[in-house]
Amino acid sequence: MVISQRNPLSSRTSKMNKLTTSSSELDLDRPNIEDYLPTDSIPQPHAKLRLRDLLDISPTLTEAAGAIVDDSFTRCFKSNPPEPWNWNIYLFPLWCLGVVVRYGILFPGRVLILTIGWIIFLSCYIPVHVLLKGHDKLRKRLERALVELICSFFVASWTGVVKYHGPRPCARPKQVFVANHTSMIDFIVLEQMTAFAVIMQKHPGWVGLLQSTILESVGCIWFNRSEAKDREIVARKLREHVEGTDNNPLLIFPEGTCVNNNYTVMFKKGAFELGATVCPIAIKYNKIFVDAFWNSRKQSFTTHLLQLMTSWAVVCDVWYLEPQNMKPGETAIEFAERVRGIISARAGLKMVPWDGYLKYSRPSPKHRESKQKSFAESVLRRLEEK
Amino acid sequence: MGNTSSMLTQYDIEEVQEHCNNTFSQQEIASLYQRFCQLDRNSGGFISADEFLSVPEFAVNPLSQRLFRMVDGLNFKEFVAFLSAFSSRATLQHKVEFIFKVYDFDGNGKVAFSDLLDVLRDLTGQFISEQQRELVLTHVLEEAGYKKDSLLVLSDFMKILGNTGLKMEVEVPVD
Repeated sequence: MVISQRNPLSSRTSKMNKLTTSSSELDLDRPNIEDYLPTDSIPQPHAKLRLRDLLDISPTLTEAAGAIVDDSFTRCFKSNPPEPWNWNIYLFPLWCLGVVVRYGILFPGRVLILTIGWIIFLSCYIPVHVLLKGHDKLRKRLERALVELICSFFVASWTGVVKYHGPRPCARPKQVFVANHTSMIDFIVLEQMTAFAVIMQKHPGWVGLLQSTILESVGCIWFNRSEAKDREIVARKLREHVEGTDNNPLLIFPEGTCVNNNYTVMFKKGAFELGATVCPIAIKYNKIFVDAFWNSRKQSFTTHLLQLMTSWAVVCDVWYLEPQNMKPGETAIEFAERVRGIISARAGLKMVPWDGYLKYSRPSPKHRESKQKSFAESVLRRLEEK
Repeated sequence: MGNTSSMLTQYDIEEVQEHCNNTFSQQEIASLYQRFCQLDRNSGGFISADEFLSVPEFAVNPLSQRLFRMVDGLNFKEFVAFLSAFSSRATLQHKVEFIFKVYDFDGNGKVAFSDLLDVLRDLTGQFISEQQRELVLTHVLEEAGYKKDSLLVLSDFMKILGNTGLKMEVEVPVD
């Protein structure tokens, strides 16, 4: 019997319907990963325990070898290098011409557009911000429009061809927008249509500067992945924002990290337990033009932006999907998974049962312990058999 | 095989295939090479501890430490040879030999009671007491005709595991 690679899409759904949140978990944000890890699929026979049964460690070894050979987690974060197509005598000069056009003509043009955009933006934003201090409503409206403007300039600087499908988001209290995450440009692509308030990881460098000045005005929330206490503070801020009537609509990327736009990792339940309507947004980039996946381990954001600005175009589709409410009797995790299913189906992404934060840390020893526990129990049980 | 190039030549593939006794097809070897390069993120020519443990499914496996010791520092050719025990074309003898090597931690060709105990401990963790483990092992050993201080060799393993349907296969995904 060949134990073929587990299909991540197979009957996980049956397991998901029986999920319960473990109240003893200190990591409130993490769903019970044990429910997603494959349990020993070799049926434990109830015959008497023999030496052979203890010596035969082949199921465990097979699982380990299977993980070495392929695993669904690494697949999510694999960036696909563009296929080289310039390998022969007439394609190569064409490609060279393309390089010249992209770096020599397009890139300077784009830098120019971006510079003009920034000049216009700053010359409007700073006066508005300073002079209209007393007139909050008007100032907010103008700042929103200006942020949308600068995002449009950014999108233009990559020759972004963005097709929006579905009804435009509107600012209403008690609603939250969630989207799948491929790169920080997701935010810019969405922001040019509607000025969202977003929750983001605080970044260093010029991005951080932008975050603390301009994005503050649309009402963004910051967090630090490595701080555990941060989570409660953030949860509280989220709730306050959603309940406020005057705030910009809140955009959350529940995956918590950038994924390569072929898969979705598990959604964090934070966005789904605010008691608000969840409006899913699906984003899919067309890889023919450029791979928009930002592999934060491989390149800085600046390099990523430069790569985009020297490509031909960034083509993507954005679908605004039907708002979802938590069904009676549904837990936050089940709700998150249901919305993830909706987004993945729309954008043609495969769902994998992993927590994106595993990119930054090891799985907890609990998972290994549950395997050990089930084996131990079977050994003891079979010892009793006659 | 240079550790900077990510392309294998036909010679390279044939060399690797010979080294693993034709247990993998050429396509599978090419796939395994892609995987090796993917795991070997810093292109050092071998996969380090950190890189292995960054695969969550591997890290949660109870035997990951033992396996890691066997696979640490292997170059690609040896990596394929290591995995060849899991191919559908591998003989039963080969698979039993692999299991024997997992038990025989110090590589002296003999598996003692303490080695058996170590593996059982990895597999059961804190859910069985040390005493109980020893009792269980002694019991099944005696039942099979061995004593607590017997040293098991490869032929013993072949005898015990040989005529049962040992299922130890992994499919290498081929694009």
